[in-house]
Amino acid sequence: MTDVTRQTGTQLVKRGLAEMLKGGVVMDVVDADQARIAEDAGAVAVMALERVPSDIRRDGGVARMSDPKMIEEIQAAVTIPVMAKVRIGHFAEAQILQTLNVDYIDESEVLTPADEAHHIDKWSFDVPFVCGATNLGEALRRISEGACLIRSKGEAGTGNVVEAVRHIRSITGDIRRITQADSAELFEWAKRLQAPLSLIQEIAETGELPVPLFCAGGLATPADASLVMQLGAQSVFVGSGIFKSDDPAPRARAIVEATTNYTDASVVAKVSSGLGEAMPGLEIEGLETRLADRGW
Amino acid sequence: MKVGVLALQGAFASHHAALTATGVNPTEVRTPQDLADVDALVIPGGESTTMLMLLDSSQIRTPLVERIQNGLPVFGTCAGMILLSTNMADGRPDQQPLGLIDLDVRRNGYGRQIASFEADLDISGLDHPFRGVFIRAPLAERIGPKVEVLASVDGHGVLCQQENILVSSFHPELTNDLRLHQLFVDRAFAAQ
Repeated sequence: MTDVTRQTGTQLVKRGLAEMLKGGVVMDVVDADQARIAEDAGAVAVMALERVPSDIRRDGGVARMSDPKMIEEIQAAVTIPVMAKVRIGHFAEAQILQTLNVDYIDESEVLTPADEAHHIDKWSFDVPFVCGATNLGEALRRISEGACLIRSKGEAGTGNVVEAVRHIRSITGDIRRITQADSAELFEWAKRLQAPLSLIQEIAETGELPVPLFCAGGLATPADASLVMQLGAQSVFVGSGIFKSDDPAPRARAIVEATTNYTDASVVAKVSSGLGEAMPGLEIEGLETRLADRGW
Repeated sequence: MKVGVLALQGAFASHHAALTATGVNPTEVRTPQDLADVDALVIPGGESTTMLMLLDSSQIRTPLVERIQNGLPVFGTCAGMILLSTNMADGRPDQQPLGLIDLDVRRNGYGRQIASFEADLDISGLDHPFRGVFIRAPLAERIGPKVEVLASVDGHGVLCQQENILVSSFHPELTNDLRLHQLFVDRAFAAQ
């Protein structure tokens, strides 16, 4: 029998995992116990981090990559994919996560940026990256750097969905407008969005982002998940919204059901009943730090 | 003929696009009513733990098993292969697969994402190789006597069939090669 030649770390393989996460919920967890609760509730993946965004916001200071020991404990606790965050531009943290065999690396504005001009060259890694974006130009710059999955940023740790809605609408709205543009207008779009022309032309042809588009930042209820899925998100990330609520397990489960059945309001109504208090929300105007402003 | 794609979670949109390219008009299956309307079904890749949970909460599990036992043509890819198998290793102890094809699989048997790979596969019945995309793929560890192996990687079956059930541990929906979707659709038509 001849051995089959295996090619690893290809774009197809890296983007492919994001395809498998569609229609699902990625949950922030800070330890193995929370990771098990997330898997029990039907999460398609967990995001391992030391503090959820609302605690990072409260505590202040520099937020960094998590302790590898904690990430390994979470990997041992669950069978679903494990993601972890690195600071924007901190490729050495990303190298560490790659040696730990995490399934996805999030170059995240939730942590304190390590580089004020450069994001990581994500093409040089075999582990795929997800990056945040507030608009289409930012999304395409991240894709040109090698990101295989985009999540709209929202405003993490607020329990307020308004920024998530602003960002997903901005991205999908510009995609729709580009599909209406003629070939000469595409050059202007590339200039305006500060994004590669080839990606703009690809969007004009396909009508969608070249990689999957998920939504994050401020989601706290099953209805929030249904809202952003109807606005064009293909999956949702829920951070503080689960483990900062009164009763995390049933809320996590309800958000999973709402994400699958987002088009059926009767299902969303049923799973929304009796969940207890959602996490306390914050007004965006009152925030000292706007995490979504990080990244360039 | 109506071809459905189980759309509880995972890569259902890519299968929908591939089936559409073969000329059929696929529908998404999320409820027992949706399932009752289809004459063939694709079960996509995704997270098998999530999909098994949603099969129960959507009350699809029992009718799905009955339909497949009664001959519904079904094509399960990756997580779909896990769902259709007899036993799964490295799964959640509280979850059981549907037990419809005589295969035992190990979830993520090829390793974590860093080990995910592409490879050219020789598939019996196809005249040139098929590019297989394996993502945290299940490994077939035991293959029952009634199961026919159509392709393998390093001695492990990666495309298998048993009567009306076709399973692959790779993702034909992620390439532009429509041959396996076409094969499935042609067989489903022939079975009618």
